[in-house]
Formats: sequence, structure tokens, C-alpha cells
Amino acid sequence: MSERVVIDPLTRIEGHLRVELDWDPEAKTIDKAWSETTQYRGLEEIVKGRDPRDVWAFLMRICGVCTSTHAIASVAAVENALGITPPKQAQRIRDIVLGAQEVQDHVIHFYHLHALDWVDVASIATYEGDDLAAKAYDFARAIGSTWKGNTMERFAAVEQKVKDIVASGQLSIFTGGYWGHPAYKLPPEANLMAVSHYLDALEFQRSMIRIVTTFGGKNPHPNFLVGGMACTIDPDRSESVNQVQLDQIRGWIAETLEFVNECYVPDGLAILSVYGGPNRPGAEDPATSPDWFTIGATAPNFLAVGRSGAIHSGNPAETRVESGDLHHDIKPGVILDGNLELLPFDPDRLTEGIATAWYTYADGAKELHPSEGETTAKYTGPKPPYRPAVDDGPWLADSEDGKYTWSKAPRYDGRPMQVGPAARVLVAYLQEDPHTVELVNLAVDRLGIEPLQLNSTAGRTLARAVEAATAARRLSEAFDQFVTNLKKGDTKVFDDSKWAPSSWPTKATGYSFVEVARGNLSHWITIKRGKVERYQAVVPTTWLASGRDDAGVAGPYEEALGGASSATPHPLVDPTQPLEALRTVHSFDPCMSCAVHVLDPDQNLLGTVTS
Amino acid sequence: MSYEATGWHEPTLGENLARAGVKRRDFLKFCGGLAGVFAAGTQLDGGGAHAAPVTAEQIAAVLEGQTRPVVVWLQLQECTGCIESALRSGGTTVEEIVLDLLSMDYVEAIMAPSGDAANKALEDANAQDHILVVNGSVPLDQDGAYCTIGGESAEEVLRRSAENAVAILAVGACAVWGGVQASSAPGATKHGPTYAVGVDHIIKNKPVVNVAGCPPIGEVITATVAYLLTHANADGSLNLPELDAEGRPRFAYDQRIHDSCPRRAHYDAGQFVRTFDDQGARNGWCLYEVGCKGPSTFSACPIIQWNMHTSWPIGAGHPCIGCTERNFFDEFTPFYSTLPNVSGFGVEASAEKVGWTVAGVAAAGAAAHAVVTGVRRSASRKAAAETPLEAFGDTRVWLPAPTSRATETSKPVEAEPVQTASAVATDTRADDSGPNSDGPNDSGPSSTETTDPSGKAE
Repeated sequence: MSERVVIDPLTRIEGHLRVELDWDPEAKTIDKAWSETTQYRGLEEIVKGRDPRDVWAFLMRICGVCTSTHAIASVAAVENALGITPPKQAQRIRDIVLGAQEVQDHVIHFYHLHALDWVDVASIATYEGDDLAAKAYDFARAIGSTWKGNTMERFAAVEQKVKDIVASGQLSIFTGGYWGHPAYKLPPEANLMAVSHYLDALEFQRSMIRIVTTFGGKNPHPNFLVGGMACTIDPDRSESVNQVQLDQIRGWIAETLEFVNECYVPDGLAILSVYGGPNRPGAEDPATSPDWFTIGATAPNFLAVGRSGAIHSGNPAETRVESGDLHHDIKPGVILDGNLELLPFDPDRLTEGIATAWYTYADGAKELHPSEGETTAKYTGPKPPYRPAVDDGPWLADSEDGKYTWSKAPRYDGRPMQVGPAARVLVAYLQEDPHTVELVNLAVDRLGIEPLQLNSTAGRTLARAVEAATAARRLSEAFDQFVTNLKKGDTKVFDDSKWAPSSWPTKATGYSFVEVARGNLSHWITIKRGKVERYQAVVPTTWLASGRDDAGVAGPYEEALGGASSATPHPLVDPTQPLEALRTVHSFDPCMSCAVHVLDPDQNLLGTVTS
Repeated sequence: MSYEATGWHEPTLGENLARAGVKRRDFLKFCGGLAGVFAAGTQLDGGGAHAAPVTAEQIAAVLEGQTRPVVVWLQLQECTGCIESALRSGGTTVEEIVLDLLSMDYVEAIMAPSGDAANKALEDANAQDHILVVNGSVPLDQDGAYCTIGGESAEEVLRRSAENAVAILAVGACAVWGGVQASSAPGATKHGPTYAVGVDHIIKNKPVVNVAGCPPIGEVITATVAYLLTHANADGSLNLPELDAEGRPRFAYDQRIHDSCPRRAHYDAGQFVRTFDDQGARNGWCLYEVGCKGPSTFSACPIIQWNMHTSWPIGAGHPCIGCTERNFFDEFTPFYSTLPNVSGFGVEASAEKVGWTVAGVAAAGAAAHAVVTGVRRSASRKAAAETPLEAFGDTRVWLPAPTSRATETSKPVEAEPVQTASAVATDTRADDSGPNSDGPNDSGPSSTETTDPSGKAE
């Protein structure tokens, strides 16, 4: 007899997510899971009727964590619709911006959103002995971390800080954490090193994101421009990006390569080697030391239109990548049903269904292609409050009409797809991208796993670290290309030939595919008489956080937590401390505000205003 | 504006810092950064009563006497950009200090626990005196089902968290007025599809400090929190920063971007960017004609700048979109149309008639007229008598009208402006009698209507 467990709010994500679980108290595993997005904003409705040159600024506000990505996808979709090709240098600037964004996003995810699933901060305070900093120093050396922050003084200061926070009784962000949970396996010195790197990573992300600020003026939410970029580049003008900024950017890229290669990648490999693979400590007793490379698998379908940072204006299968010359060697592709062969990607096979989502489609359609997408919000769930503990609130998944989430269900060829770092790394690996192959083989050898085990809780976290390294190198290459062409005198960043609406056709449609930190993002636009008529975004977290589809097939979060795709049933030792479930959900890097979007050309407000 | 609060309990921040091994030199550096931010908004107006100089030592002395206040940081209907911005607040190792300065007991983005344990952390924090920081708007439609946390509507979570709050900061456009989801498709119902409203729409019995911006500058977010601590009284009660009519702290919002803009001289000289990436753009000329909303936007962006003084929107060549102003997504769009011609300003000529001039059609005379009209529109906003706010309150300031403008998009920087003698600010204190009373040129922008391809044909 299973018991019911609710996790709401599921924290350390972007936005609002609730998870409902059927839990087996005997086996202490999860039987079934439901992924429930509990926020809706309606941004695509809001951009309707507006100047298409404006809408990047609205749609970027879908998300402030993966800021820039929606803006770039939006301007690329508008450019596709209007037949605009931005100048090459503007494309390279977007490559640089997106590359910096992706690395920063991965770093923040690993250290600030995900690390506390693996790192027991309180174990530092309860450690008895005065040699913890020294042990952390030795640990860092042993795992090959050459990060400059690995000093005895630094580790001792962080140790003292943690002890003082715990001693003060005011635990701040650590209040209520699952400290001492048996699923924590790292030794105290590894925890100390990780917390020290957590703080270093805060400083790092703040510094390196200035790459984006240079071109976009601010971060989060920098500025973009249909037709190119607004920031001028001119080596002989003080008010343009010139040698001063180029020198700064070169320094920040060096910082990026240093942090990713010397801190993030070694940390990721070391932490995951304790939690997974046949060589992990305690492997002989999988009941108490499970292999996280065998837990949390989705249905083995993967989709990527290139490496992280690939920007396609239009059909990725037909048009070449709209960016510098960074991504031409990796084709878009899909992997279906666990067969490690790359199949061609066809954007016509995308659909979005609403079997479990609070929307209706005209004429009772069950699924729509995003170019014809519509989203009429129709909430049928319980009236708040429905707090599980206090109100004995109903389960959302128990609804009579089967609806329980604000997230639609995107499918490719009728299948739920995993998008994101694991999908991209697999797609690049199959195409023998040298840097990806080098890093994957290193990890596979050291950890004793198979490449397809990237489809697991630990695997996605590993893939993200691998991708941070490849993305950092691409960032450096994009910058080199930019500078090389600048030296040749290419300073053009804006194409004004189609800026004036008088140059536009009466009606135009366009779309874009961009590989952003969390996975595959596409924007779809219809422009009529100079205004937005229809807008739709199919977002990585919508792919991943979707509920069940019309055929009853679970979305990726649901499958990873409670499905049969994993070799090992998902553990959950104590439902009041759902640490293991957090690990798996966080391994996808959820971005719920992205997941929920809407377009409805005829939408009326539903219900009454209660202000 | 202040009200009573219980003091924080032992140990003091100074003791915590000492025990945490934070060097006093580092701490003073942090305080010096705060002093700079506090001074930023008043830098150019010579300093008023609110601009008493504060030194790093004074801030340090106050901070060291505090214990760590509990902070509840709510994220409602939003994008997390405001927390990301706060994470970027820098110049010193602020994360080390903040772990000692505050006890952030509930903040979904980075807190350790989820589910019941997170809800308990919120309950415990709400039971104490605490500072409440809110990101995100409150959707009122559908009984709040458009944003629920722990099965509770955003409105209820906010109300409960506000009960024992000793100070409430609404951080970001969404919390201030509803933000992007409160903007509406042209012709649609206001407040967006979910009827999104800001914090002060819900919380009426306590003052709300509106830290405006989409997002606000990271340093401004952290400085507003720090302001509460540095200006605490000996008995522990807090003093809010001096606020403008929009509820924004004056230390960061009492300057119009246009007035502290480094490109202002080009405006006065009639040197304008006509299209992106033209010679004027490369020379750093004024972005007014490609849609800059700086003349109607109050923010310290030009002074504090972004991401550790790296750049700022106008500095990187893009017009200001006015993100610290209420309803900017509706009032300031189309973003690339010249200020008073954007929809919502109710100017005599329709917005569309001049909405497409940015491609380079000169609108001699129209712009000067239009700026004045735009400011007039702003001036109709309600003002707080004790904080007269130029252009937003009962005191009006006309923009200096450029009397001429460069006419070639590729004008070299050496070109002399034609005439600048009369391009001087006229600080008009006239009455509030109607939008046309003082317009220097009422001929309207009719000369530009030829480029309207789409207009209202729909």
C-alpha cells in the first residue's frame, strides 16, 4: 500500500513547482510521480498586437535566470519572419553573450541550486578536530583541483564561518535543511571544499557575467535588437566597444576557463564519483549507497539542434546556423527509443498537448503544432488554499478531468523528449565532436559508466559539467573570431534594411531554435500588418516538466522519479525529508516560469476579479 | 517615515563578524561601497536634507551594533531576475558579509529545504519580527490559482508574511506594480491575463518601499536592505529611506536618467543617433530619437551603473526602456518610438503617425514639442506633498528643448551643433492646467506620417 507525499514548494529552482508522489513505505521507493507547475503568467497573450521589434524585451522577462536566451530566440524568430540577416559581427556578439550566459547558468545551477542536494553543510560544524581545513586542502589536491581558491587559509575561514552560523542558531538559507540525512555521502572535508567553492562561484559568476554587460548594458535582462546589436564596435571610438572592453573581456574569458576547468569540472567528477558508478564507496551495499547513475532515467529519447549556444533562425535541418562559424560541424538530431544512432530532426513533428494542463484548444483538438499553437487558460483545479498539511488539501493529480498542471506537454513524433546538456552531449558525442568525446571518455573511464548513463540523475549533472567546459572553450573561440574580424575592419553590427515596418510583408511567419542552458528552445511568431498576431514559445522546461500526455505517457520529470526507465527504483528514505527526490528534479535544472507560456488570440478573462 | 520594531537580539553583527574572521578592513570596504550607493542618487542635485553625507565608518558603527535580522524573501509571480540581480551585487565579497549580516530564513531560490520543511521555515520566520522582501506580482484572478506556493495563493502568502514584517520591500517591477504580466495586449483588460498587481495593492496598512526596475540594480537592492540596518534607532526601531511619490527610495531614484546621463551634452547640442550603428551611435550621441525613455525615467543607472560599474543600457548603445517606471511596458512602447509618441501619452497626434520615424525621417520641431507633452503626462501623477518629485509631482520641470538638431546620420563628431544658446532648462513652475499650456511648438509631428505602413489598418 503506497503512501502519498507532496513536495510544495520545490525550492532551489526558478519559479514554482509542486510534485506529488506515490511512495512505497516498505521498499522506501517512489512508485509514481506527478509534476505540477503552479504558476501562469500569460506573456504571449501580452505581446499580441505589439511591434515585433519590441517583443524580445517582453519575452526575455519569461526568465531572469536564463536571461538573454528568450530575447535571442525572439529576435532570431522575428528576423526569420522578416528575412533579416544580422551582420556577422552581431551574430558573433550574440554567440559570445549566449556562451557566457550558458557557462554562468551552469555554474549557478551546480553550486547554488544543486550542490546542497549532495553537500551536507552542517557536517562541517559537527566535525570534531582541528584538521578539517588541512584535510580539505588534501582532498582538493587529490581530486586534481588546481583552483586558486584551494588554500588552507581560505578553507579555515570558511570552516569558521559555517561553525559560527550554526552556533548562532540563525542558519539563514540553511534553515530547515536535511542535514545528517543518510543519503549524504561526502566526507566532511569534501563538504568544506564544496562550500568554499560555493562562495567562490558566487564571486566568479558576478565577475564573468560582465562579458554580457559590455554588450547588453546590464545583467540580468540585457538589451538586444532586431537586425543586430545596439552596441557599436569601433576600435577608434571611445564610446564604442574598443580595445579597453576587449581587454577586459579577454580577462573575464580567462577567468571563465580557469574556473570551469580547475574548479567546476574536478568538483563535479569528484562529487559524482562518490555518489555513482561501480567504483563508488559502499558500492557493495546498494541499498544504503545507491548508484545515482542508475536512478532518474527518462524515456531514452533525446533532442538537440546542436551544441549549447547554437542559434538557428528558421528550420535547423535546412538553414545553416545563424551565428558565427562555431556550430557548423554539429548537425541537429534526435535519438529515439535508446538506439544510439542520430536521426534527422524535423520541426514538423513537434506537438503540444493539453491532456493534463489547464488549457483548452479550439474545436477540441488534442494537440497542436507550435506554429498553430493556442493556449486558452481554463483552470479547473481546486480553489486555493489547498495546503497539503494544513488544509488536508486535495491532490491535484486526483482531478476528475485529469488536469493538474500549467505546463503543456510537448512531444516529438509522439514521444516525450529529454532536452538539455545530456541530450546535447550525446548528440555531439555521436558526431565525434573531439572536445566532447575527450571529456565524456575521461568521465566514463573514471566513473566506470556507459555513455547512455548520462540519462540519469548523476548523469545529467555530469553532462552539465562537461558542457560547461565545452561551452567555455566555444566562448573563447567566438571571442577570437570576433576580434579577428574586427581587426579586418568588420565593425558592422546592425542591418537597417528591414527596420522600417514599411519594408515588411503584410503577413509573415518565422521561428527560431536555440540551444540554451536547460535545453532546446523554440520561438514561433506570426506578424500581420506590422504587429504580432500569434506568438508561441516551446521551452526546455516545458519539454521536461510536462505532465502526462493524451496517451497517458509521463513527462520526463515524472518518468525520472516514478517510471520504469531506470535500472534502480527511485529511492526515498524519509518522505518528510525528500532529499533524494530533490536531487533528481534538480538534475534537470527546472525553470518553471519558462515552462508556462500562453498564446490565445481570443482569450477572455476567466472568473472574477477579487481585488 | 518610521515605525516601531523590536530590536534584534544577541549576538551583535560586530561580534558575529569578528568570530567569523571577517577582517574589519574588508567590512569597511563593504560599508564604503554602501556609502557610495547611498550617495549616488543625490550626487548631482547638490544634496538636500536627505543627502547628509554618510561615511563608511558611520555605517560600520551602526551595522556592528545589530544582530542579524530575519529576512523573508518571497518570490511570487516573477522570473527570478531580481534575485539574480541581487546575487550580482558586488564590489566586495558581499556574500561573506551577507551571511553574517542577515539571516535569510526563507528564500525559495537558494534555501536548502523544500516542501513541509520550507513551509515551516516560513512559518517560523513569519512569527518573528522580520524584514519582508517581495519579488513578483500577485495574480488576483481565479482566486489566485495562477500562482500558488505550498497550495496557498500568492496573495495569502503575502498577507501572512506581512503581518509581523517590520519593513516591506517590494523589489522589482512585478512587486512594485505587477510588471510584465500586468501589462496588457493593446485593447485588452488591464492587469494582464491573470490580473496581476503589486504589493502595495494588497498591503495597505504598512508602508511599502518600492525598489523599482526590471530588475533593479543589484547594488540598489542590497543597499535598500542595508539602509534599514544602518538607519536603525538605538531602541531597534527602523527608519525607512526617504521615498518619492512612487514609493521609491530617493537615494537611488531621485535623479532622472536624462539629467545625469553622460550623453546629455549631445542632446543639448542636437547630436542624435538616427539609426543604430550610425556614426552618431559610434560617437556616443544621444539616443532620444531612437526611443530613449531616459527623459521620463528616474533611476541611478548612469551613476551606479550595472554589474560593478561595467556599463549600463545607454552606455552600451541601447535606448533606456524606462524599466523603473510604472506601466513602462504599456506607457513606453513602442520602445523605439520617440518618447511622447509612444502609446499611452495621449498626445494630440496619434502614436502611429510618428511611431515609425526612427529609420531616419527627421522630425524637426516635433521632438521638442513632444518631450514637453510627455513630461506633462507624467506630471499628472499624484505626488506626496512632503516629497515633491520633479516631473512626477506637483512641481514641473520642462526638459530643455533642443532648438536644432544634426540632420545627417553620419555626422562626424567634430561637427558643431547649430545652435545651443536657447537649449537651457527652463524650470517652469507653472500650474497644472492642461497638456498644451506650455508646449513650445504645437505644430505636431505631421511631417513624419509618410512612414506609417501598418498603423491602425488592422
